[in-house]
Amino acid sequence: MRLTFRSAAAGLILATLTFGGAQMSHAADNPNPPADLKAFQKYFTDKFPKVKLEDFVNGPYSMDEGLYKQWKEKEEFPPYEFALDAGKELFNKPFKNGKSFADCFPNKGIGVRQNYPYFDEKQGKVVTLELAVNQCLESNGEKPFSYTKDDMASVTAYMAFTSRGKPFDIKIPNDPRALAAYENGKRYFYTRRGQLNFSCATCHVQSPGDHIRAEVLAPALGILNAMPIYRSEWGGMGTISRRFTSCNSQVRAVPLKPQDDEYRDLEYYLSYVSNGLPISGPGARP
Amino acid sequence: MASTIRVRATSSGDTTEVQALIQHPMDSGFVKNAAGALIPPHFIQQVTFEHGGKPVFVADWGPAVSKDPYVKFSFKGGKKGDELKISWVDNKGVSDSSTAKIQ
Amino acid sequence: MTYSIPGSVDETRRLILKGAAVVALAGLGGIRFGLAPALAAANDKYPEAAFKVKGTDDAIKALYGKTAEKSDKVKMDAPEIAENGAVVPIAVTTTLADVTSISILVAENPNALAASYTIPAGTMPSVANRLKMAKTSNVIAIVEAGGKLYSASKEVKVTVGGCGG
Repeated sequence: MRLTFRSAAAGLILATLTFGGAQMSHAADNPNPPADLKAFQKYFTDKFPKVKLEDFVNGPYSMDEGLYKQWKEKEEFPPYEFALDAGKELFNKPFKNGKSFADCFPNKGIGVRQNYPYFDEKQGKVVTLELAVNQCLESNGEKPFSYTKDDMASVTAYMAFTSRGKPFDIKIPNDPRALAAYENGKRYFYTRRGQLNFSCATCHVQSPGDHIRAEVLAPALGILNAMPIYRSEWGGMGTISRRFTSCNSQVRAVPLKPQDDEYRDLEYYLSYVSNGLPISGPGARP
Repeated sequence: MASTIRVRATSSGDTTEVQALIQHPMDSGFVKNAAGALIPPHFIQQVTFEHGGKPVFVADWGPAVSKDPYVKFSFKGGKKGDELKISWVDNKGVSDSSTAKIQ
Repeated sequence: MTYSIPGSVDETRRLILKGAAVVALAGLGGIRFGLAPALAAANDKYPEAAFKVKGTDDAIKALYGKTAEKSDKVKMDAPEIAENGAVVPIAVTTTLADVTSISILVAENPNALAASYTIPAGTMPSVANRLKMAKTSNVIAIVEAGGKLYSASKEVKVTVGGCGG
């Protein structure tokens, strides 16, 4: 009853034309990430002329006044505060071999969130921050974190916090594999799936600001800048992995494994098209 | 172990504004776990804020206070550097306390 | 986070905390009788019965033993539509004098009384907190001032309930 996808079909055709169709038909021959980025950001700023580009990182709060006020109240003493403290402690705690997270990251892991994910030419794949955290643990003989919440959310919350305000700066190196990963992520984003037959774009490009049942949909632009998030609906923290898997479940698709190739490629695409928008994580969401 | 209590107390001349966030599940006793069993109630019942040996605010809470509860109030008096003592006790008899300096 | 693991960790923590409380008591006991045992004595004053009553009127009666009259001097700040029933920010303030307590009730919750705050002399009659709401409901603020009860109420729409399940 509250599913307010007004004229869903018409909207979808529009979205497909804007993003999928026009570009996808050329995509195979001539991928053009910078053009994608420009079109993607223009779509959102045209659709929401009152929302400043950098405010899209505040998700649904940038599109609804009543929500914005509740968010401001929450931010007075944000619910992710405990995760942030726990993350700082974990981040600085030495491993059994005496090393720590700082030894695995550029600039000792401080203020680097905006550079993830990146395409690792040695590994031949996209490396997200969450994957890098676990690679760091494993290469130091430590047990990896589970991807969706708890320690992973805490550590990435702290790393995001030290990077607040820094614009997303995702690079696509001149390596055909990097471009292929980007295109794969983009394909995943616009492909419909699940019993509801929704793509990521159905909700987060076509309908941000609208309600799906009781929730206000977040815009895809800037959606990862706020990660990880404390979601009231979850009653706790969640990572990008949690967001992707729970989104898939909500459209009644079978989620992939966290940090599956397709999820990392998706994160690569989605982060790239938010280049220039500031990191705002950790965030609080309804 | 880190404290369950986070406090920000700021003096603006004659009044001190206090905000506190406490880490606690605040289980209401009405929610079921994944296995379908009711999670027993577990919630903070009372929080006391003391300044200069005197309570300046006492919160009596039921299970309808949100998880990781938050509260804000202000009182007259309280200078920068003064100590504010915060203590809570829950329905299982667990308690914690912490002291914060007024900023 | 400590609490997400049922059983052993919780138990251990409780023991540690009890130990800490005893230390605190011992440390402060000599300074001021009656105040130092705040931790231990807390439950004596906790209005347990009022928190277990169903409806708003009965809860107010259980808590205060009297009824409240509406007053436009009691101001409540609550959202029209809660973003999530699990975390509904509600603030109450008043221009009434001699305020001794402020209570907040959610009519449609299983037990109406959500929180009750003691306001000693010198503390502002103003409080903000975050409450759970099971569904759309009137939220009632009660201010006790000069021995009388004054109230204000506002409907808050809840589309995502805050009581899980």
